Amino acid sequence: MEDRPLEYDYSVTRLFMMNTIFVGIVGMLVGVILAWQMAYPELNTFLGEGLAEYTNFSRLRVLHTDSVIYGFVLSAVWASWYYIGQRVLKVSMAESRTLMILGKLHFWIYFAASAIIVVSLLMGITTSKEYAEFEWPLDLGITIIWLLWGAGIAGLIAIRREKTLYISIWYFIATFLAVAMLHLFNNLEIPTYFGSGGIGAWYHSVSMYAGTNDALVQWWFGHNAVAFVLTTPIIAMIYYFLPKESGQAIYSYKLSLLAFWGLMFVYLWAGGHHLLYSTVPDWVQTMGSVFSVILILPSWGSAINMLLTMKGEWQQVAASPLIKFMIMGSTFYMFSTLEGPIQAIKSVNAIAHFTDWIIGHVHDGALGWVGFMVVAAIYHMAPRLFNREIYSKSLMAAQFWIQTLGIVLYFTSMWIAGITQGMMWRAHDEFGNLAYSFIDTVEVLHPYFTIRAVGGTLYLIGFIMFAYNIYKTTSAREVEASELQNASPMGA
Amino acid sequence: MSIAELQAYGYVVALVFLTVALYAYIYHLYTKRKDSDGHDYEEYSNMALKDDITDTPVSEKPKKK
Ligand code: HEM
Ligand code: HEM
Repeated sequence: MEDRPLEYDYSVTRLFMMNTIFVGIVGMLVGVILAWQMAYPELNTFLGEGLAEYTNFSRLRVLHTDSVIYGFVLSAVWASWYYIGQRVLKVSMAESRTLMILGKLHFWIYFAASAIIVVSLLMGITTSKEYAEFEWPLDLGITIIWLLWGAGIAGLIAIRREKTLYISIWYFIATFLAVAMLHLFNNLEIPTYFGSGGIGAWYHSVSMYAGTNDALVQWWFGHNAVAFVLTTPIIAMIYYFLPKESGQAIYSYKLSLLAFWGLMFVYLWAGGHHLLYSTVPDWVQTMGSVFSVILILPSWGSAINMLLTMKGEWQQVAASPLIKFMIMGSTFYMFSTLEGPIQAIKSVNAIAHFTDWIIGHVHDGALGWVGFMVVAAIYHMAPRLFNREIYSKSLMAAQFWIQTLGIVLYFTSMWIAGITQGMMWRAHDEFGNLAYSFIDTVEVLHPYFTIRAVGGTLYLIGFIMFAYNIYKTTSAREVEASELQNASPMGA
Repeated sequence: MSIAELQAYGYVVALVFLTVALYAYIYHLYTKRKDSDGHDYEEYSNMALKDDITDTPVSEKPKKK
């Protein structure tokens, strides 16, 4: 034992990676069910009238959003952190017993809390704040999980050999700090049972904010939850995995620093774009719009930096499906960060808000950018975790094209549906009477909802192919360390 | 002065300060090109490329005194 050379320890990464794949399948399956339910409402009772309470759209929707964001994406972020963190700081978790214990606790408490969350959401227990649906006991649990991660970050940084923190580490730290702050402030709440001397369920709570203030805090949270769960940690991942897999230095390290500070500066002010034309003060709305438009710059700064990293090396994009996932991912990142600012312009938002166009925006980001980066990260890590080659390159390529087609069907149908909806809701005759009733729009949208459901199903099929490919990787051909330097080894 | 006015002035001051700071940082990065340890910023890309535990760090952390 003593004489073994020092190695990176990936046991915590492995746990989080398994969880990513498992929760990914569940969460997206629920998404697919939702999509079919919107096209064919009979499916709300697909397990019979008796179970309708648990299978209807409104009960399942939260399960989808929370499981994909906090189950699938966060697990992948943590798998990547426990992998990238060690490597770029050049220190092994195995060098510190405390760090190993913290890491394992982090995973298992998170795993247990996730199970409770799934049950409680299915039972309909929520605070009804979007993306912060959890009641106070769970909020406390989440705080503990978050602090365990923070302690792990601080600990690893404290014993590092590399003095300078690589750009990915900055993005991870930003994720940690921002989400900690968002979680604490948005979830300030009073347990009703204790506050009222024994009335109601013990786990129930009400927010400390009311009315417009509640809306403001909620969307400051909601927007930055998108920013710091679906964006910054994913940028942390691409800044490591793309250069490493392609063997190319980042096009401009300076640009990466600049884009980082730009993003931090601008992101926190843009939340107002979720509340345009609402009761929040006008200047907050205007500021939200203005900062949203400026947000293109730092977002594209990172994305272009990634595309230029492949300068002169485009044959690698053609040859490797793994790099295709990342290049397509950063392209979708550019795409959704162009679309977002457009939707944040007040006059555009007047049409887009409440419509499926927003759902389209959400999913070209979530499926194209976040989903693809998660897939790429795991494909890159798996061979290094198991010392084996990726089971099948052709399966990976097939997955790439099936999922890409799925995304395109998803967002194009939602664009058409959304703009149709927006226009029909506003249309009126010469006397100002509305031209259409709500059900008229629903009828027109039916074909697009069906197309979206097909697109979502394709994406899920691709994801199951991915899970199978990773599963087979655990018993594929063994490889030498030298094959793991850059491009990941793949079987036919 | 009302609290709203104070907020508004504070907001403008903060905005100007942060904008100047950001541009000063850009200027610094592209004219100096090296950080205070004398490393060219671009060398730091190697932290990802040469990341085996036996590789030499780009800028080694000084040993504890
Ligand atoms: C420059 C960057 C971006 C800007 C300015 C932006 C802007 C917007 C706007 C204006 C909305 C619609 C608000 C409404 O009318 O309801 C929105 C919604 C949303 N965006 Fe973005 N977006 C950006 C990037 C992204 C990215 C990269 C993702 C990642 C997947 C994302 C995820 C979401 C989500 C999940 C919602 C829906 C929130 C909800 O209503 O539940 N956005 N965004
Ligand atoms: C197979 C893939 C997926 C399908 C078919 C799917 C489907 C859906 C559907 C039908 C909705 C409800 C839309 C509505 O209420 O009109 C939804 C909402 C949402 N999904 Fe997905 N989804 C998928 C994957 C994902 C992933 C991977 C993420 C995040 C990483 C995600 C994040 C969200 C979010 C944040 C919302 C709420 C949007 C809002 O309130 O504006 N989805 N999804």
